[in-house]
Amino acid sequence: MSDEVLSPIAMARQGLAPEVSVSRDIVKRGAIVAPVLILINVVFWGTDGAAGGAVAIALVLANFALSAFLISASAPISLGLMMAATLFGYLIRLGILFLAVYLLKDVEWLSLPALGITLIVTHLGLLFWEMKYVAASLAFPGLRPNRQEWNSVPGSQSHQRTVSK
Amino acid sequence: MEAIARIAAAAAADPAEAKNTAAAASAGYAYGLAAIGPGIGIGYLVGKAVESMARQPEAAGMVRTTMFLGIAFTEALALIGFVVFILLKFA
Repeated sequence: MSDEVLSPIAMARQGLAPEVSVSRDIVKRGAIVAPVLILINVVFWGTDGAAGGAVAIALVLANFALSAFLISASAPISLGLMMAATLFGYLIRLGILFLAVYLLKDVEWLSLPALGITLIVTHLGLLFWEMKYVAASLAFPGLRPNRQEWNSVPGSQSHQRTVSK
Repeated sequence: MEAIARIAAAAAADPAEAKNTAAAASAGYAYGLAAIGPGIGIGYLVGKAVESMARQPEAAGMVRTTMFLGIAFTEALALIGFVVFILLKFA
C-alpha cells in the first residue's frame, strides 16, 4: 500500500474522486454527441444555430467539470467547505453562464434561441444518459465497473477462478 | 405608485418602448425567481448529503456521486429559467 498523501487538488486532477470520474464520462459522451447536436441545430437555425449549439455544449461540459472539481477539491478538506463550495459554486456557475451569454449577445453569427435550447437539452440529455453508467454503490461509488475492473474485485467469480488456477 | 404612473406615462408615449421595458423587467424576475427554487433545493440536498457522510463516512463516495448528480438535476431548473431570461431579454 502506498503511503503517498495526495493533495485534494491532485486527487481531483487524477480522477480519484467519484464525481470527477462521472463528470469525465459526461464530458466524453458530450464530445461524442456534440457533432449530432450541432447538425440538428444547423437544420433548424442554420450556421448561426451551429455556433450557438457549440457554445451551449461547451458551457454545459465546462459546468459539469467545474461542479465536479469544486466538490472533489473541497470534500477531502472538510464537509463544511464542501457545502460552501457547492452552494457558492452554484452561484459562480450561473454567473459564468450569464457572463458568457452577455458577452455573446450582440454577436451576429450566433443564434441565442439555439444556444438556450441546446443548453437545456444537452444538460438534461447527458444527465439522463449518464444515469445508465453510474453505479453509486459502496464497492463502486462512481461509474459502473467495466469487465476488467469487475474481474479484479476479490469477491467476483472470475477473480476466484483466476486465484484458484 | 410613482413607478406605475411613470410606466403608464411611458406606455402612452411609446407603446413599443413600454413593451421592451416590461420584457426586460419580466426577464429579470424570471431569472431571479428561477434561481431561488434550485438554490433552496441544492442547499437542502447538500445539507442532507453532509449529514449522511457524517453518519456513515464509509459511504461518502457513494453519497458524493449521488449529490453531484442531484445538484446537476436541480440546476436544470435554474437553467430553464436562465434560457427564458435569454429569450426575453436578448433574443
